[in-house]
Parts: sequence; structure tokens; C-alpha cells
Amino acid sequence: MKVVAKRPESLKDNRFHYCPGCTHGIIHRLVAECLDELSLRESAIGICPVGCAVLAYDYFNCDMLEAAHGRAPAIATGIKRLLPDKTVFTYQGDGDLASIGMGEIIHAALRGEKITVIFVNNAIYGMTGGQMAPTTLLGQVTTTSPYGRKKEWEGYPAKMAELLAQSEGSAYICRSSVHNPANILKTKKAIMKALKIQQAGLGFSMVEILSTCPTNWGLGPLEALEWLEYNMIPYYPLGELKVKEVE
Amino acid sequence: MEKILMKGNEALAEGAIIAGCKAFFGYPITPSSEIAEYMARKFPKIDGVFVQAESELAAINMVYGGAATGHRVMTASSGPGISLKQEGISFIAEAELPCLIVNISRGGPGLGGIQPAQSDYFQATRGGGHGDYRLIVLAPSGVQEMMDFAIESFDLADRYRTPVMIMAEGTLGQMMEPIIVREPVTQFYEKPWATNGCQGRQPNIVNTLHLSADYLEERNHHLQRKYDDIVSREKRAESYLTEDADMVVVAFGLMARIAKRAVMEARKTGIKVGLIRPITLWPFPDTEIIKTAQTAKRFLSVEISMGQMIEDIRLAVAGRVPVDFFGRIGVTPNPEEIFRAIMQIAEREGM
Repeated sequence: MKVVAKRPESLKDNRFHYCPGCTHGIIHRLVAECLDELSLRESAIGICPVGCAVLAYDYFNCDMLEAAHGRAPAIATGIKRLLPDKTVFTYQGDGDLASIGMGEIIHAALRGEKITVIFVNNAIYGMTGGQMAPTTLLGQVTTTSPYGRKKEWEGYPAKMAELLAQSEGSAYICRSSVHNPANILKTKKAIMKALKIQQAGLGFSMVEILSTCPTNWGLGPLEALEWLEYNMIPYYPLGELKVKEVE
Repeated sequence: MEKILMKGNEALAEGAIIAGCKAFFGYPITPSSEIAEYMARKFPKIDGVFVQAESELAAINMVYGGAATGHRVMTASSGPGISLKQEGISFIAEAELPCLIVNISRGGPGLGGIQPAQSDYFQATRGGGHGDYRLIVLAPSGVQEMMDFAIESFDLADRYRTPVMIMAEGTLGQMMEPIIVREPVTQFYEKPWATNGCQGRQPNIVNTLHLSADYLEERNHHLQRKYDDIVSREKRAESYLTEDADMVVVAFGLMARIAKRAVMEARKTGIKVGLIRPITLWPFPDTEIIKTAQTAKRFLSVEISMGQMIEDIRLAVAGRVPVDFFGRIGVTPNPEEIFRAIMQIAEREGM
């Protein structure tokens, strides 16, 4: 018998707590596959956010820390500066990274911290029950923008990849999506590239990954994938925004 | 042994380096900034890490990450900055990460002023952030102790896996005194819990989230047992002429040295006054207070605040002996003022 698919070694044998149709599970697996393929599991140190991925330390089979809300890039800075040979990554949602952690992420990028940020953008607060995120689209209904987000009232959604690509300290900034197999593969390539750029010591790296939240969007899993494709991608275009090549 | 002249903040920073501190993460604030400046000059030359963080929030979280690697790390700030650090300090206490946090304190509330003060006593000794936790808090009274306590703080932090705070009035940070520079620390603790890559072992997790009610309670009992252990072993105080004292002045930090002068002057007039100087603010040296309360008739708490430590003295004496207060803020009381306060009480009470 031939093994054609197995759990990556960088994932523990624990059942994910994520809702049906949520794409966190796919993204966890992609990160784990990349750590495996680059033989980084034993040198990797990951930092979880506050949000739906708060329990990621139960899933990634490497050294892990749990951060206060938004502070993961600061914790990653402390670790990486003291252990420059290790691979340090944060796994953060949009409330964590783009709202309460806006200061930490921008300054980590400005300092060119040699860390990799996996930024999961699902345009809503998941864990607290569907409140407006800084990435919530105009017109999108959430429990704290019950009449739809209006630019006059709540302002504009944050384009983090574009914002961080402006930093001289950023070596790799990419936005990808996991709404279909082709884009899942592209996302994996982006994560690989980000980790390699960290290994090469070129600077800050981030992959922003468009993700679904069927529960709080009030959609079925398949409808959620379609909603992402037709609503999120036009505002959050996919592709690499900044690439410092590995020499 | 040869003595050299050093500024308090620099002596503390050098003490941290002597203790093997490998990283400083901080944000400038008067009157603590010389500590950051000293580290910024020194660390690049000795393979250490200095990061000027974008905020106090970021600085304390860099400390969280740095301490989790198993290295000795620290931050320093003053009142308003220490307030910002409270979120991180609560996480660090629960994650049981050893580190040194320094408060070169100034007067509040709000932005307050930059004059020396002791009005962060409550914040330092009650935990400061959310949840049931404590910090070991040391209060140096001179520049030599700024260095010595920095060295000792890292040992206490590692031994108990807990954040340690040094709280010193701004004056101590700014003033210069001749001191003996200590020998570098050579013995360190094993840290098998560190998140430094899981090569050859199971992954380590540094975490403060406990969703199970039972486990949360268990964690709190675990911390409490540790704090009980610290209380039983680490209370420290210095007593001066308390054996026959009718009145006992209690003061900490540089304030204690100033108060001692007033006590000496009062003794010259025949009044039996003594002094207790708490060295650990937490655990509070109540044993010394309780012992003295068996013979003393009154206590006088002298603080650069509106009266904070006085609550701990009152808790210790438990109503058996009255406790008076003399304090100022913005201005450090001078020996003459304290002397007058002592004489006034002595006269009123017929001592």
C-alpha cells in the first residue's frame, strides 16, 4: 500500500476546533507542510494571536507561544533578536493584526524584523461573534455595523499587504487566497517563499491570506468561498507586492 | 576595593549586564532613559540585544518573547510607561517568565511630573495588571544597591520563574555615588521550559489561556503556592534603633536614608525613635513590623506619596498600634520636615 496523503509532522494529531467551512484548517496545513518541506519544524517558534487561531499552539507541532491581542510581532521580535538562527513566525487574524496590533506589525516591518507573518484576513471578528473588523468591506453587515459598513461612519477597510509593502524593511509581501485548489497551491508557494526569505535574512515577510468565515458571514461553506471570490478579491487583489530576491 | 563614581541608572544597567542580561527592550521616558541609553551603547559591543520599541506595549511583549527564549532580559520605564506595560506584565507573570522590570518612579497620576515619587507603590505591590499575581519588588536606597539589586533580581526571577521589579525614586536613577563594581555572574539556571526550538525534545508551549474553569483555578493555586513560598523566604527589611523605640518611622528607598537622618536628630532630643526600611515592598516585611509593634507605641509612615505603604503597615499591626502618616508629592521630604513631624507626634502623644 502506498501513502498518498498524510498529516504533516509539523501538525499535532489534534482535531481542529474550527467551524465547518472555515479555511483556517487549510492554512494551518499549508504552514505545516512548508515547515516540513524546509525541515524547519525543530527550529521553528510560532506565536498565536488572540482570535479564532488562539489555540494554534495545540495544532502546530513546534515550540509555540500565545500572545496578548495584537502583540505577536513584538514577541516575535524579542525571540528572533535573541535566536537569530531560528525560524520565527506569527499567525494572526485581521482584528489582531490590523486593529489592536497595527502598531506592532507596522514597526516590525519598518525594523525589517526577520520574521514571517501569516495573516489570515476573513473581514470579520470570528471568535467574539461577528463584529466589524478593520478589514470588513464597505456595505458588509456585521453585529457592530448592522446597517452595513459605511465609509462616512466606519471609514475604509485596511489594505495591510499594500501598507506593509511600502516599508523598506519588508522583503516579501504577498496576498493570496484559499478559495479554490489553484489558489491554495499559490498560497503554499507564497508561504514557502516567505520562509526562505526569512532564512536568507532578507527582512520582514508576510503572506496575507484571504479566508472565509461562513458562521459569522451567515453563509454555507460553498457560498462563503464564492462570496470571498466575488467580494473580497476585487478589493483585496491577489499577488506579490514586494519581493527582495534571494541572492 | 576600588570604588568608581556611577549614576544610579547606569549602575543598575551595568548590574544587569554583570548578571548576564542579554537584551534590553524599552521606550524612552524621564527619569529612566539613561538605562536604555547605557544599554544602547553597551550591548552592540558585547553581542547583546538592544531594541528601542515603538511603545511600552511592544517593549514589554519583546521582553515576553525574549524571556521565553531562556535568556535574561529586561525593560525599564517610569510610571506612565509602567502603566502601559501592565498588560504584558500580567501575561509574563502567568506564563512564569523570569525578567527584570525597572520603574524609576516619578509622580502621577496622569502624566504627573518628572520629580521623584513613590506613588506607584500600589501598582507595584498589588500586581498592577489584571488577575491574581504578584511581582517581587525590590526598593534600593543607594547607587550601590541599584547595581546589587539588579544582579540579585535576575537570580530571584530565575529561581522563582517570576517577573521581578526594581522600584526606585527618580532621584536614585539620577544621582551619583561611589560604588564597588561586582564580579560577573557565572552560574545560571537550566531552563528546560524555554521556547528555543524543539530539537531533540517535545515542543514547549508558553501560554496563558486556560479555558477550562478547573484548570484555570489549578493554575491560580499553583501561582499562589509560589507566592506563598516567596512570602515565607524573601521578606527583607533593615531595622535601626527599633529595640527600645516608642515611635518607629517606616520608609523605603532613598526616602529611608533621608528619614534616618531625621530619626538620628530626634534621638538627640531624647525621643526614642527607630526606623524600619522595607527592602522588599512585596513581599512586604510585615514580620519586622509585627515584632516591633510588640514594644513600639506608634508607627509613622513616611512616603513620597499621599499614603500607600501605610496600608500595608496598618495591615501588619492589625489595629494594635496607631499609624501616622507624613508624605509629600512632587517634593521629596527633607530631614527637617520629617524631624518636625516626629517631634509633633511625640509632643502630642507625650513621648
